Amino acid sequence: MSSETKQILTTDGIPLEVSLKKAEKKNKIKAFLLVAPLLFFLIITYVFPIGDMLFRSVDDKMVTQMLPKTFKAMENWDGQELPDEEVFAAFHEDFIKLVEDKREGKLSTQLNYTKNGFKSIIKKLRRASKKFEEGNYKEQIMAVHKRWADVEYWRAIQRRAPEFTGQKYLKGMDMYVNEEGKIVSVEEDRRIHRVLWLRTLEIAFFVTVFCFLMAYPIAHLLATLPMKYSNLLMICVLLPFWTSLLVRTASWMILLQQQGIVNDFFVGIGLVADDNRPEMMYNKTGSYVAMTQILLPFMVLPLYSVMKTISPSLMRAGKSLGGTPFVAFWKVYFPLTIPGIGAGCLLVFILAIGYYITPALVGGASGTLISNQIAFHMKSTLDWSFASAMGLMLLSGVLVIYWLYNKIVGIDNIKLG
Amino acid sequence: MASKKDFVKFDKVDKSYDGKVLVVKDLQLDIAEGEFITMLGPSGSGKTTCLMMLAGFETPTNGEIYLDGKAISSIPPHKRGIGMVFQNYALFPHMTVYENLAFPLRVRKIPKDEADKKIDKALSMVSLQGFAARMPGQLSGGQQQRVAVARSLVFDPQLVLMDEPLGALDKNLRESMQYEIKHIHESIGVTVVYVTHDQSEALTMSNRIAVFNDGKVQQLSSPDELYEKPVNSFVAEFIGENNTFGGEVSDISEGKCKVKLANAEILANPISVKGKGERTTVSLRPERALINPSTKMDNLHKGKIEEVIYHGDHTRVRINLLGNPEFILKVPNSSSNLDIKLGNEINIGWNSDDARALDPK
Repeated sequence: MSSETKQILTTDGIPLEVSLKKAEKKNKIKAFLLVAPLLFFLIITYVFPIGDMLFRSVDDKMVTQMLPKTFKAMENWDGQELPDEEVFAAFHEDFIKLVEDKREGKLSTQLNYTKNGFKSIIKKLRRASKKFEEGNYKEQIMAVHKRWADVEYWRAIQRRAPEFTGQKYLKGMDMYVNEEGKIVSVEEDRRIHRVLWLRTLEIAFFVTVFCFLMAYPIAHLLATLPMKYSNLLMICVLLPFWTSLLVRTASWMILLQQQGIVNDFFVGIGLVADDNRPEMMYNKTGSYVAMTQILLPFMVLPLYSVMKTISPSLMRAGKSLGGTPFVAFWKVYFPLTIPGIGAGCLLVFILAIGYYITPALVGGASGTLISNQIAFHMKSTLDWSFASAMGLMLLSGVLVIYWLYNKIVGIDNIKLG
Repeated sequence: MASKKDFVKFDKVDKSYDGKVLVVKDLQLDIAEGEFITMLGPSGSGKTTCLMMLAGFETPTNGEIYLDGKAISSIPPHKRGIGMVFQNYALFPHMTVYENLAFPLRVRKIPKDEADKKIDKALSMVSLQGFAARMPGQLSGGQQQRVAVARSLVFDPQLVLMDEPLGALDKNLRESMQYEIKHIHESIGVTVVYVTHDQSEALTMSNRIAVFNDGKVQQLSSPDELYEKPVNSFVAEFIGENNTFGGEVSDISEGKCKVKLANAEILANPISVKGKGERTTVSLRPERALINPSTKMDNLHKGKIEEVIYHGDHTRVRINLLGNPEFILKVPNSSSNLDIKLGNEINIGWNSDDARALDPK
């Protein structure tokens, strides 16, 4: 008889496991009900919007629904030469319907994303279509503009037939599906996104490095100073937190502009000539300076919370055992602060990679980041699906960094407070 | 080995942190080579400050400290070559036991095979062989303490400082560690300066004890002398148990004095009283007073038993004697013939030599 398989019973003869489950059931329900509001809140504010964003970024139903008959007719078209009358007739039928609903503008915007030049010819077609006679639509439509007689434009329409598309993601990487259906890069001089991605990574990386270099001594001072001084210093560190982001960025604009205080000071001490004031704003420098200052507390606080727990006697022990102050620091103190460094760097890097307001205000053309591009598509071009696609690319980039960090340092080693 | 009498020398050392209060006042202290000396005192008495000045983490405000004849005030801690055991062990939590012990050897650039030998030796000294690969967090408090001791000794320092190293351990472990540290000290002959506020620890381990109070050494002597012959009422009170009578010297002659209490007169041994009319506190150890003494004693008084507490090997009896309701007696359990019952009146006797007339409290 093996004792492991034998069921243990309570004094009342109920199996112990059953009894335990029963006893804990109430607590479990209670616990779930307590977290339920947060859970629903998270689902509504986090899971749902991200899901919607993911859907929006690949959703291409709009054109599919606007031109149902055209795409049906196009199923038999091989795409080599101009489609035949059947397709033109179907297109005309769909188009008339759209004009009646006043939705042909939307179609032109959508088709224009796929290929430039649709806007004007759709406008022309709308005007001309009023005088169209029945039958032989191919001739009539082709007569409106020479592009309607160009097979390229019909292929562009056909490419919008699928309900889902990954082309927004390709566009985010400056690539597209060409006429032969191959994925290729756009011409060198029209690549904007790749530069932005690289610049975003670069700025986020260097801002993290600058923050680390500046925050480490501050955090150390905070952790070792007597209470009354460290409280004052802590307020200095937190003060930016209590000021509006916009105000802080605006004050950097005052400081950094060409006739600003910093430049005046440089001229005053003779570092630069008055007529040769350096541009410190509306370029990368502006983004670096302002973002480093704004993100500094996010580095200081995790470092501080870790350093606070390191007993001063450890450094003393290192020194009394014969280590020079540097050896004691490097071999004893520094390794113990790594969890704080990891947390701070991850935090600052992830915040910096998605930074928006500051680069928009002080970054100028060479200091803007990918998030500014996302905002541009959200507000100006209204290409939300492209904005969603880029937002998701940014999100997956952050997740990759998180994953890498977990692989290299280990997320268990992180300490935020 | 000819041991030096003043291997460590504190010469007129003052220390103040804020420029207003002296934490250590005019400290004059010689420590002989190979000696185990304990700085004992209540918290805030300046004992840890003295240790930190010796280690180099604090600088004396005035005076000089000499180690082996050299003034060390200007030498940074890492060049003093002094081993130190900290109150909370201060083991490096991110290093294994081996790496912790290797740290002082590595910074001294000792070759690996020699270092390994030293580490083995140090670990076997604290009977922790086989623990080299553990992290400090995986060890019990007592084991961590042993590692800290081994680490402070592994680089063969001439002097080891210990700052209340057993403070965090439970009573039994503390006692066994006391003996262990004492034996290590005896076997390798290193000079140890030990700081504690626990008097029994100090009495068990030390060659000499320096009792600190208020920034000054009150008494520096061997444990037995400290207990038997305290030179002032602070030491008498701080070390061991103590019965006191406050009174005034009414007569003094031939190494004896009469002390007038509120309603009686006792004979005492004048230690720090010089003449008639001085206020004094007479100190008497509980075990020096006897109930119904069989031999003749020059102090014999009646008292009433107020409380009897059973303590296993002995019984503590609280007696209201000569106006002191807190007079304590320790009665060994073998003397069962005595009539110790609550409320009984009994005769208490003691020799005037054991009653030390010290400075008034």
